[in-house]
Amino acid sequence: MIPLSYTHLLQLAMPEVIIVVTALIVLSVDLLFLRNQRTHLRFAVVASLASLGCVGGIFRILQAPEQTNALNGMFLANPLTHLLQIALLSLTIITVLLSVDSTFTEHVGEFVFLILLATTGMLFLVATQDLLIIFISLELLSLSLYVLTAFNKRDSRSSEAALKYFLFGSMSAAFLLYGFSLLYGLSNSTNLIQIASAIHGQSTSPLLAIAIITTVIGFGFKVAAVPFHFWAPDVYESANIPAVGFIASASKVASFFIFFQVMVVGFAGVEGSAVWRHLVHGWVPILAAIAALSMLLGNFVAITQSSVRRLLAYSAIAHAGYMLLALVAHTQQSLAALIYYILTYALATLGAFAVIGVVEKQTGNDHLSSFSGLSRRAPLLSACLFAFILSLAGIPPLAGFFGKFYLFLSALNATPGSNGLLWLVILAIAMSAVSLYYYLQLLKRAFVADPLADANDIHVPALTQAVVVLLAAATLLLGCAPNLLLRWILEAIAASSR
Amino acid sequence: MLAWTIYISFLGALALLLLPKASTTAARVLALLAAVAGFGIALNAFLTHRTGELITVARHPWIPALGIEYHLAADGISLCLILLTGIVAITGILFSWNIERRTKEFFAFYLLLIGSVYGVFLSYDLFLLFVFYEIVIIPKYFLIAIWGSTRREYGAMKLALYSFIGSAMVLIGLIAAYVVAGAKSMSLDALAGYPFPLHFQMFAFPLVFVGFAILAGLWPFHTWAPTGHVAAPTAASMLLAGVVMKLGAYGCLRVAMTLFPLGLSPWGFHVLGFGSWRDVFALLAIIGIVYGAMVALVQKDFKFVIGYSSVSHMGFILLGLMTLNQIGISGAVVQMFSHGILAGLLFAVVGRMVYDRTHTRELAALGPMNLNKAIPFAAVTFVLAGMASMGLPGFSGFVAELMILIGAWHAFPILAICTGLGIVVGVVYVWRAMQKAFFAEHAVASSHSPLPPISIPERLGAVILLATSIAIGLYPQMLLKIITPALNSPLFEGIRKGGWN
Repeated sequence: MIPLSYTHLLQLAMPEVIIVVTALIVLSVDLLFLRNQRTHLRFAVVASLASLGCVGGIFRILQAPEQTNALNGMFLANPLTHLLQIALLSLTIITVLLSVDSTFTEHVGEFVFLILLATTGMLFLVATQDLLIIFISLELLSLSLYVLTAFNKRDSRSSEAALKYFLFGSMSAAFLLYGFSLLYGLSNSTNLIQIASAIHGQSTSPLLAIAIITTVIGFGFKVAAVPFHFWAPDVYESANIPAVGFIASASKVASFFIFFQVMVVGFAGVEGSAVWRHLVHGWVPILAAIAALSMLLGNFVAITQSSVRRLLAYSAIAHAGYMLLALVAHTQQSLAALIYYILTYALATLGAFAVIGVVEKQTGNDHLSSFSGLSRRAPLLSACLFAFILSLAGIPPLAGFFGKFYLFLSALNATPGSNGLLWLVILAIAMSAVSLYYYLQLLKRAFVADPLADANDIHVPALTQAVVVLLAAATLLLGCAPNLLLRWILEAIAASSR
Repeated sequence: MLAWTIYISFLGALALLLLPKASTTAARVLALLAAVAGFGIALNAFLTHRTGELITVARHPWIPALGIEYHLAADGISLCLILLTGIVAITGILFSWNIERRTKEFFAFYLLLIGSVYGVFLSYDLFLLFVFYEIVIIPKYFLIAIWGSTRREYGAMKLALYSFIGSAMVLIGLIAAYVVAGAKSMSLDALAGYPFPLHFQMFAFPLVFVGFAILAGLWPFHTWAPTGHVAAPTAASMLLAGVVMKLGAYGCLRVAMTLFPLGLSPWGFHVLGFGSWRDVFALLAIIGIVYGAMVALVQKDFKFVIGYSSVSHMGFILLGLMTLNQIGISGAVVQMFSHGILAGLLFAVVGRMVYDRTHTRELAALGPMNLNKAIPFAAVTFVLAGMASMGLPGFSGFVAELMILIGAWHAFPILAICTGLGIVVGVVYVWRAMQKAFFAEHAVASSHSPLPPISIPERLGAVILLATSIAIGLYPQMLLKIITPALNSPLFEGIRKGGWN
C-alpha cells in the first residue's frame, strides 16, 4: 500500500470536509445567534448556509482530479462518483430549501445539521470500493435518518415510526456486517475487486451463499424491497415531510448505487442467471425474485391506500422492484439506466412530497379527500403534482417514462438473442399498467372532484412554490430531452470503467 | 411545415392555461383558431403532396446513444388521417361551444389530445410514435372524468386502463423488436426492413396488433368503447370515435403489420379451423361487425346505439386490414377517414343537438317530444348521417365498405357473406333509432317548453362533416390517389410478400 499523507487525504475528501464544516457552522450559528429568533427566519438563514456549503461542495467536485484511487479502493474519485455526488448534493439543497417553511420543530440547527451529516455519509458511500467504508458511511447515513424521522417530537406516531425504522435498520445493519465479515473471511480483503477475484467460481460454497443472502437482506432493507419493506409505509406516513423526501430521494439514490456496486463488482463471477427456465443459482435469481415480489406487492397494496403518503410508500416499493431489474441485468447499460431512473424518480418523489406537505399543512391530514379540488384551490401546485405523479406512472413526455423505457430496454438487452429476462420485463410493464390506476385516483381527486364546501384557496409559500415548479420543469425537461442527463451518465460510466 | 400541426396544438393548450380565469369566449376562439390553423396546414399538405410518397417533415437526432431520432414523416395514409384530425378537431370545438364549466381547461386538454394525435400520425420513429400514443391517454381520461355524463368516472378509468394495457403490450413488443434487431435504431423503416426470425414474429405480431387493436375496438376488447363514448362529453366522444380509435387501427397497419408481416403467415397447422393469426383476427373483426350491430339494435340509450355502431364500423377496418390485398387495405384506410367523419357527426347530433337540449338520451323518452318538429335541423342531419352510416351510395361509407367487402370476398369468401348480415342489421338499427327518436307518432303535443334552436356553430359543424362525407363518397379518388402509392411503397413490402393479391 502506498503511504498517504493526511494533507493529501484531506484534499481528496475536500467535498465531504466542506459539508462537515458547513454542518458545524450551521449548528453553531443557530445556537449562538439565532436562538431567540422566529423559526422561519432561523430556517431561512440556516438553509441558505447549508445550501451555500453544498454549492461549495459541488464546485470543489467539479475541480477535483478526474481519477483517483487512494488506499486500495477505500477512496475513489472518478467521473461517475462525481456525477452521483453532485446529484446527491443537489438533492440535499432541494430538501433543505423545502424544509424552510416547516413548523414542526424549534431545533432548526440540529435538523439541518443531521441532514448534512447524512449527506456526508452518502458522499463517502458512493465513492468507495471498500467494505469497511461502505459500512461506516451507511451507518452514518442511517443513524442520521433515524433521528430525522423522529424529529417531530410532538407527534407520537413519528417516534413510533422512527423506533420501527431503527429496530429494523439496526437488524439489517447486523445482517450486512455479518455478510461483510464472511466475505472478509473468504477473501482476506475488504476491497470489492479483490473479493471478487478471490470468490470467483466458488458459487457452491455455503459460506458464500450466506454472505450473499445476508448482504442482500442488508441492502434490501435500505432500498425498501419486499420482504424487507415493513418500515417504509410507517416512516413515509409519520415522519416530517423534509425527512421523508430525503429518505425517499437522496438516500435511495446512494443506497441503490452502492447496492449495484457491491453486487456487480464484489460478487462478480457468482451471478448465476435469472433467465426463464434456465435459472442458475447465484445472486441474480434471488434479486429477480425480490424484484418480482416488490413490483407485485407494492402495486397491489398501493391500490387500497387512502393515505397519500402510504400510497407513495407502496409505490416506492414498486419502484424499488423496477430498479432491481437493473441489478438483475447487471450490465453497464443497466447501470446507466438505473442512475437515470433513480435520479428522475428522486426529483418526482421529492416534488410530490413537497406538494403533500403544503396540502397537509392546510387540511391537517394527507387523506385522499384532502386533495379534492386541489386544481381549483392551488392551480400551479396541482399542475406540478400532475407532472410528478404522471412521471412516477411513466407517462411521456415526463422523465419517468424514459427512465422506465431505458431500464426495461437495458434489462432485455442484457441477454441479447435469448430474451431471457423478458418475463421480468413483461411483469414490470404489466405492473406499471396497474400503477396507473392508483396514480389516477390521486389525480382524479385533485382535478375531477369538487373542493369540499368549506375549502378556500391554499396558500403556497413562495419558496416552496418556486422549488416545486423547478422540480416539475426538470421532470418535463428530462422527459423531453433525456439526452441532457443520459449523455453525461454514459460518458461518466465510460470514463470510469477505463 | 406539417410539424406545426403538433406544435400549434400544444402551444394553443399552453396559451389557454395562461388565459385569465373568466375569459370563456376568448378560450373558445383561441382553441378554434389553433384547430383551424392545424387544419389549414394539414389541408395544404394534403393538396400539395398528391403523389402519396413519403415526405420527411423533420429529422433530428434525439437520443443518439439509443439511435432514437425525432423523425416526423408523412405518406399518403398519414396525410389522409391528418386531414381527418383537422376536420374533426374543428367541428369538435364548434360542437362544444356551449361548455361553460372550466372552459379553458376543457379546451387545453382538448388541444393536448389533438396535438398528440397529429403526432402519432406523423411519427416515423417508433419511440416517438409511442410517446405521442401514450400522451393521448391522459387528456382523454380527464375530458371524460371532468366534463362527462353517465358514470363518467367509471367510463374514464376503464378507458384509461384499457388504453394503457394496450400500450403496455405494444411497448413490450417494440422493446423486444428493438433489442432483437440489434438495438441500433427505432426508425420504422429500419425495423420494418429487419428480417425478424419467424418464431419471434409469431409472438410479437399478435402482441403488438392486439395492443393497438384494443384502441380500435377489436371484439372482445371493445367494452371500453361504448361506456367511454357514452360517458364522454360530445366533443370527446367525437374525438374518441373520430380519431382516437383510428390511432389503434393506424398502429395495427403502420406498426404491427409492417414490422412483423410473417406473423400473418400460416402457422402450418390448424387449431379449431384457424390456420394463422390472420384468420383469427379476421373472424374477431367480423364478430365485432355483427355483434356491434346486433347490440346497437336493442339499446335503449340513443348514445349507446352510436357507441356500438362504432364497434361495428371499426370491425370493417380491421377486416380490411386482414384481407391483405390492395383493395381491402385501401378500403380500410378510406373507412378510417369515413368513419371518423360520420361517427363525429352522429355523436354531435346525439350528444350536442339532442341531449344538451332534452337532457335525456332514452329513446322512449325522446319519442314524445316530436323532435322532428322541434329541432328539424337535427332530424335532417341525423337522417343524412344515418344514411351515410348504413352505407348508401353517394356517401363515404359506401365506398369504403364496398372496397373492404370486395377485398374480403377475395380473401375469405364465407366470412364475407357473414359480414353482409352486419350490414343488414346496420340498416335496421339506424332506422330504428331514427324512427324512435325523431319520428315516433305521438299525437300529444309536447308540454315541454320549446327547445333552444340549433345554434350557428352547430350548423356549421354539421355542414362541414356532411359535405366531407359526400365529397369522399362522390370522388373517393381524392383519398385513393395518395393511399395507393403509399401502400406500394417499400415500407409495406413485407405485407405484399406475405400475401398481396
